[in-house]
Amino acid sequence: MKKSDIKLISNGKRIDGRDLDELRPIEMKVDVIDRANGSAKVRFGDTEAICSVFGPRVLFPKYLQESETGILRCRYNMAPFSVDDRKSPAPDRRSVELSKVIRLCLQPALFLEDFPKVTIDVYIEVLQADGSTRVTGINAASVALADAGVPMKDLVTSCSVGKIDGKLIVDLCGKEDNYGEADMAVAMMPNRKKITLLQMDGILTKEEIMELMDLAVKSCEKIYEKQKKVLKEKYKRVSE
Amino acid sequence: MTEREIVLPGELIEEKKGRKVGSGTFFEGEKVFAKVLGIPRVDENEINVIPLSGVYIPNVGDKIVGVIETVEISGWMVDINSPYTGFLPLSEGVSGFVDSHKADLSRYYDIGDIVFCRISRVTKSKTTQVSMREIGYGRDEEFRKLFGGIVVKVTPSKIPRIIGKGGSMITLIKNKTKCDITAGQNGFVWIRGEDKAKAIEAILTIEKESHTIGLTEKIEKMLGE
Amino acid sequence: MIGNYALELIQKDKRIDERKFDDFRKIEIKQGIIKNAEGSAQVKLGNTEVMVGVKMNAGNPFSDTPDEGTLMVGAELTPLASPDFESGPPGEDAVELARVVDRGLRESKCIDLKKLCIEEGEKVWCVFVDIHIINHQGNLLDAAALGAIAALLDAKIPKIEKDEIKRGDYEGPLPVNFKPVNVTVCKVGDKFLIDPALEEEGIIDTKLSISARDDDKICSLQKQGSKELDVKDLEKMIDMAMKKSKEIRKMLK
Repeated sequence: MKKSDIKLISNGKRIDGRDLDELRPIEMKVDVIDRANGSAKVRFGDTEAICSVFGPRVLFPKYLQESETGILRCRYNMAPFSVDDRKSPAPDRRSVELSKVIRLCLQPALFLEDFPKVTIDVYIEVLQADGSTRVTGINAASVALADAGVPMKDLVTSCSVGKIDGKLIVDLCGKEDNYGEADMAVAMMPNRKKITLLQMDGILTKEEIMELMDLAVKSCEKIYEKQKKVLKEKYKRVSE
Repeated sequence: MTEREIVLPGELIEEKKGRKVGSGTFFEGEKVFAKVLGIPRVDENEINVIPLSGVYIPNVGDKIVGVIETVEISGWMVDINSPYTGFLPLSEGVSGFVDSHKADLSRYYDIGDIVFCRISRVTKSKTTQVSMREIGYGRDEEFRKLFGGIVVKVTPSKIPRIIGKGGSMITLIKNKTKCDITAGQNGFVWIRGEDKAKAIEAILTIEKESHTIGLTEKIEKMLGE
Repeated sequence: MIGNYALELIQKDKRIDERKFDDFRKIEIKQGIIKNAEGSAQVKLGNTEVMVGVKMNAGNPFSDTPDEGTLMVGAELTPLASPDFESGPPGEDAVELARVVDRGLRESKCIDLKKLCIEEGEKVWCVFVDIHIINHQGNLLDAAALGAIAALLDAKIPKIEKDEIKRGDYEGPLPVNFKPVNVTVCKVGDKFLIDPALEEEGIIDTKLSISARDDDKICSLQKQGSKELDVKDLEKMIDMAMKKSKEIRKMLK
């Protein structure tokens, strides 16, 4: 199918019927992996990612240890069956870049200096991919970190925004990501209103970028409410 | 002082107003925020957040249950249920003179031995030392080797609930199950007795439901008779 | 430590090499220096040096773009360039660098890939841009991106005779429509600076790499660094980058 054949917006609605500023249905679950210190599973429409946090724990090999601070290690990986064309299980360049970018997006939220010499390991697996996979992974990772009892300055909330058929939208699905004009991933610490991840590829004017940033901040507020809810619900006050 | 709704890391708790910013919190200017997912405990002197989960990070003065990991030349490495290992120096583990050149230290503590001890030193890089020496006079705090029994691992922040106010909960379990139980602040709980399984079930239930109301009644019922 | 000295200076509004905060170091661009490459460039930002080579092969198109050539960007943080670089397959920093340069080139549509079709569905020109870091003295990304577009501007399409590529014999220049330029804006405390020297790299709180093309449209953004960025800073950093990229673009032929 050629790129030019796809019409992404009809009658003001997107191909899955959403409004321009509408998020897909979001599902979040916490504490889904028994042996992890913390874990979470997050779905945005058909995109699903699961994350485990181990640590703070002992760090080997020893030469990686930093005497004054802990380190954060992060692995983002897509399961071979998560996409249309089977993806080889070997880490590809995109996963390598995203592992680095996600690590640097979570790091500002942590108090690594409280844990000299140890590591906090975050593992994100994308189980099903339909656009905005790194964003889904980051939302799962920050819930998992909180679930693990890791000290944090704030959660990290993430969403994608972009431009399709000349219009600015939020939460890109797979087709919108592939055939749209621009795609921007944003992560932030919601209470502190600071950005920890910003990536864009496409063609945008400076004004469009600033407008998209606004949309991203508003969407992150909605997503943060979901993260809050799933964490607080785990600990209902009334005994069963 | 009421127990409150759980807070997320980064959520604002209260203004400092001259109070101590305690564990589980951090502050910026006058604002005090939660540092971990937990339950805020606020009174006129302190603002704390009790974490609902998390690994044990040693603090000086903590009374813990440890398991001897290795026998070294002048002491022992102790598993204190933390990414940080505790070191028990010879002089802190054995009273009286011991010639470390001649003695085989496993005579005193061997691999796998369970001990009740305290965290005596924690450096800036969190290198940790433990001690079996007494510092006070309380009989309850008798640091010693714990013979027999097993060690159960629970979330360290749940230990206070397992012990209960003035020891009420742990005493309840001890009496009803006729077990010897020592709960370390590091999350290791030592249990010895015939009816271990019942004690363990009670302890794990408290761990899972420590934040709920009506827990004491539920445990009393569970231990029955 | 020299890093801390750089920080002290910055807090007093000075830089180690006495540059202004929005000044690049001396930029040198030399094209056509590698005989066997279809296009090449050597770029120096101060003492940071990168070499970029463009090779073109005839190959199969991707199934969803049967009438388009392909573009691939690779980068190597060559071990000889710095004691911190190890030999072996590209690590996360090399991969990130290559991918950010790739996005700047690809999204800007600097090359019209449709013009690289030899036989639709069967054969297209595959453009390989390989970045080799030769001397690491800070700001590798901007140097690499500049080298990449300079090498593409130097590149020529080889002749094909009877299914054979005749290297050294050229059809004509590779058609380049836009000149994307990448500028990394760094934040230190509440100050913004451009083109960090190696000594300054260690004390930067956060960086934003912005790739802009000739018509002031922005083709890629990449936040780097382990600290957070204020939404308020975004516009200022983009403005700085766009202004600078216009100046640098004048040097590209």
